[in-house]
Amino acid sequence: MSTSADTIDEFVSSDYKYGFITDIESESLEPGLNEDVIQFISAKKDEPEWLLEWRLKAFRHFEKMENPTWPHVKYPPVNFQEISYYSAPKKKGDGPKSLDEVDPKLLETYEKLGVPLHERARLAGVAVDAVFDSESIGTTFKEDLAKAGVIFCPISEAVREHPELVRKYIGTVVPYTDNYYAALNSAVFSDGSFVYIPKGTRCPMELSTYFRINAANTGQFERTLIVAEESSHVSYLEGCTAPMRDENQLHAAVVELVALDNAEIKYSTVQNWYPGDEEGRGGIYNFVTKRGICKTNAKISWTQVETGSAITWKYPSVILQGNNSIGEFYSIALTNKAQQADTGTKMVHIGKNTRSTIISKGISAGKGQNSYRGLVQVGKKASNARNFSQCDSLLIGNKCGAHTFPYIEAKNPTASIEHEATTSKIGEDQIFYCNQRGLETQDAVNMIVNGFCKEVFRELPMEFAVEAQKLLDVSLEGSVG
Amino acid sequence: MLEIKNLQARIDEKQILKGINLSVKSGEVHAIMGPNGSGKSTLASVLAGREGYDITDGEVLLQGNDILEMSPEERAREGVFLAFQYPVEIPGVNSTYFLRSAVNQIRKHRGDEELDAMKFLKLVKTKMKELGLAEEFLKRPVNAGFSGGEKKRNEILQMTMLDPSLAVLDETDSGLDIDALRIVADGVNRLKNQNNAQIVITHYQRLLDYIVPDFVHVLYDGCIIKSGDKTLAHDLEEKGYDWLIKDS
Ligand SMILES: Nc1ncnc2c1ncn2[C@@H]1O[C@H](COP(=O)(O)OP(=O)(O)OP(=O)(O)O)[C@@H](O)[C@H]1O
Ligand SMILES: [Mg+2]
Repeated sequence: MSTSADTIDEFVSSDYKYGFITDIESESLEPGLNEDVIQFISAKKDEPEWLLEWRLKAFRHFEKMENPTWPHVKYPPVNFQEISYYSAPKKKGDGPKSLDEVDPKLLETYEKLGVPLHERARLAGVAVDAVFDSESIGTTFKEDLAKAGVIFCPISEAVREHPELVRKYIGTVVPYTDNYYAALNSAVFSDGSFVYIPKGTRCPMELSTYFRINAANTGQFERTLIVAEESSHVSYLEGCTAPMRDENQLHAAVVELVALDNAEIKYSTVQNWYPGDEEGRGGIYNFVTKRGICKTNAKISWTQVETGSAITWKYPSVILQGNNSIGEFYSIALTNKAQQADTGTKMVHIGKNTRSTIISKGISAGKGQNSYRGLVQVGKKASNARNFSQCDSLLIGNKCGAHTFPYIEAKNPTASIEHEATTSKIGEDQIFYCNQRGLETQDAVNMIVNGFCKEVFRELPMEFAVEAQKLLDVSLEGSVG
Repeated sequence: MLEIKNLQARIDEKQILKGINLSVKSGEVHAIMGPNGSGKSTLASVLAGREGYDITDGEVLLQGNDILEMSPEERAREGVFLAFQYPVEIPGVNSTYFLRSAVNQIRKHRGDEELDAMKFLKLVKTKMKELGLAEEFLKRPVNAGFSGGEKKRNEILQMTMLDPSLAVLDETDSGLDIDALRIVADGVNRLKNQNNAQIVITHYQRLLDYIVPDFVHVLYDGCIIKSGDKTLAHDLEEKGYDWLIKDS
C-alpha cells in the first residue's frame, strides 16, 4: 500500500481537449514590434487616422514603461520582438460576406469547441462572435439583434461602421497609460467585440464571444468595448481556448464596460486557455485589464471561471462613479499543474451609497499557485459606501499554494467594509470518508470543489453554469491519485 | 461472512496489530472492547482500507474474497461500512446530494436501478422517521457544524441507507445521550438480519444492553487476548482489564 501523502500529490496529466491545431493557411506578420507593425495593423483594418494616432501614442508610452513585477507570479521576461502581432486566416478574394462563405475548416474548429456557428446548429438564445487569432470570423444573429437596435460586431467593423461611438468611449475606462499591458494592447489590438445597447433596451439574447488562439508565436490582443445606454440591460459571456504548444503565448486583452444611468451589464468569463504541462512548459500568459464604469444607479457584475492559462494576471474592476451604483465580482480561479494566478478585483467607490460585493474562490492543486489580490477604495465623497468581501482558498495536496492580498483604502468615515477569508484543504480523511461510502476519489474531489464554488456558479447564466462545472471537473482530472 | 487470519499491520514502523484472528458469521453481532490505544480503531481502518498502513502479514476474507487488495470504495461497494469514531466534516457538500451519490454508487454495483431525487427523498425520509431524526439534517452540509451526537446519528442514517453486509461501528455510542444511544441501537437492530453481521467497538457495557452481542472480544496491544459471550462485558465493567492483562 502506498502512503497517504503520495496519493493526494500524485498528479496525472489531464488531457486538454481543446489542444488541437487547425491546419489553415494564415497570413501572419513577421515577429517584431515597432511603429511599422502598428501602421500595418491599422492599414489592414482600414482604420481612420485618429485611431492610428491613438495607437502610436500608446506605443510611445509603452516604450517608456516597465514590465510590472508586483504580481505574485514568476516567469522569464517576455521578448516582445519574438511575437507576431497579426495573424489571420488567409482570405480568398474579398473575404467572406456572411457565415456561409467562411472557410469550412474554421466552422469545423468552432464546432469541435462546442460553439457551432452555422444556421442549423446555432446555440439557442445566444449570439456568438467568433474571434480566430487576430480576426473575427463571423457573428451570429446579427439581424435579429439589429431589429432591437443592438449592435454586436467585431470591434474592427465597429470602427468602420460606428466610428463616433467607438471614438467616444474607447480608452475612457482603461486609458492606454493605465498599465504596461494595457498600453501594449492599445498599440497593437487586433480584434474583439463591440456591443452597444440603446437606451431603455433589454438585449433580447445572451451575447458571447469565443476567442481562439491558433497560430504559433502570435499574441492575441483583443479589445472589447461594451456600452449600455441609460436603463438598458445586457448579459455577455466570453470563452477562450488555445492549442497545446510548448512555447508560451501572450494574450493581453483590454475590456471596457460603460454602464450609463440605471443600466446593467453582466459580464461572465469562462477562461480555458491552454494551461501548459506539469513542468510549466507552454501555456498562455493571460495578462488582462478589465474595468467597468457605473453611472448613477447602474450595476456591473463580473463573474469569472478561470481554469486555464499558465499565468493569469487580471483584476476585473468597477468604478462606482454614480450614486447608488453597484459593483460585483464573483470569481473561481483554479490552478493545477504548474499554473500561477494572481487575480482579484478593484472596487472604487466614488459616488454616495455605492455598494460592492466580492466573492472569490481560489482552488490550488498540483504545484499551482493562486493569489487573490483585491482593492476596496472608498473616496472622500462616497458616504455610506458598503463593501463585503469573502475570499476562500481551497488546497488540494501539499505542493500548491494560496495567498491573499487584500487592500483597503477608506477616506470616508461612514464607509462599511467587511472582509472575510478562509483557507481549507481537502484532507485525506475527507477523501477516505467519501471512499468509505462508495465514492471514487475523483468524484469526491469534484463534489467538494463544486460545493466550494456554489456561490459563484449561481451567478453564471444557466446555459453556462453546467458547462463551467464540467470544465472544473475536467481541469481537476488526475488531481488526486 | 468475515474471516480475519493472523492480521498484522504497522504504521510508521510501529507494529499496531500483532496477529488478529476473528471469524464472524452471518447473523452475528460481535463486540470488541479493550483499553485506549489497543488497536481497535486501527483494526476498523484496516478493514475499511484506509491508506497509510503497512499490512505485514495475514489475510481478510469477506464472503470468501480477499479484500486487502481492494480500494476503500470497492470494499464499501462490496458491503463494508464503517461508522467512524470521528465522523469527518465536508463543508459545502449537501448531505442529501452526498448520501444519494453514495447510495447510487452502491446500488449500481449491486446491479440495482439508481434512485432519482424523488425516490431517494422518499426513502430517506422514511428511514429518518424510523430513526427519529429531524429532516433538517438533509439540508446541511455533511457533518459540518453537527454536534458530536448528531454526527454519530448521521453515521447510523448512512448505515441504514447503505444497507451493508458488514457494519463496523467504532465507538458510535461515545458521547451520546440516552435518546441518541437508543437511536443508534435501534438502527443496528433494524439492520440486523440473517445475511449480515455487525462489529461493535465500545468501551461501555450499557450499549450492549441494547445491542446484544453474540460474542465479546478483548483487544489488547494488537491481539485478541480473550473472547467470550455477553457476560464477558459485564465482567469487564466490574473488574476492568487488569486481570486479563496479567494472564496474557
Ligand atoms: N498515524 C499513527 N502514527 C503513529 N501511531 C499511531 C498512528 N495511528 C495510531 N497510532 C497508534 O496506534 C495505537 C492504536 O491506536 P487506535 O486508534 O487503534 O486505538 P484504539 O484502540 O482505537 O483506542 P481508543 O479506545 O482510544 O479509541 C495507539 O498507540 C496510537 O497512538
Ligand atoms: Mg479508537
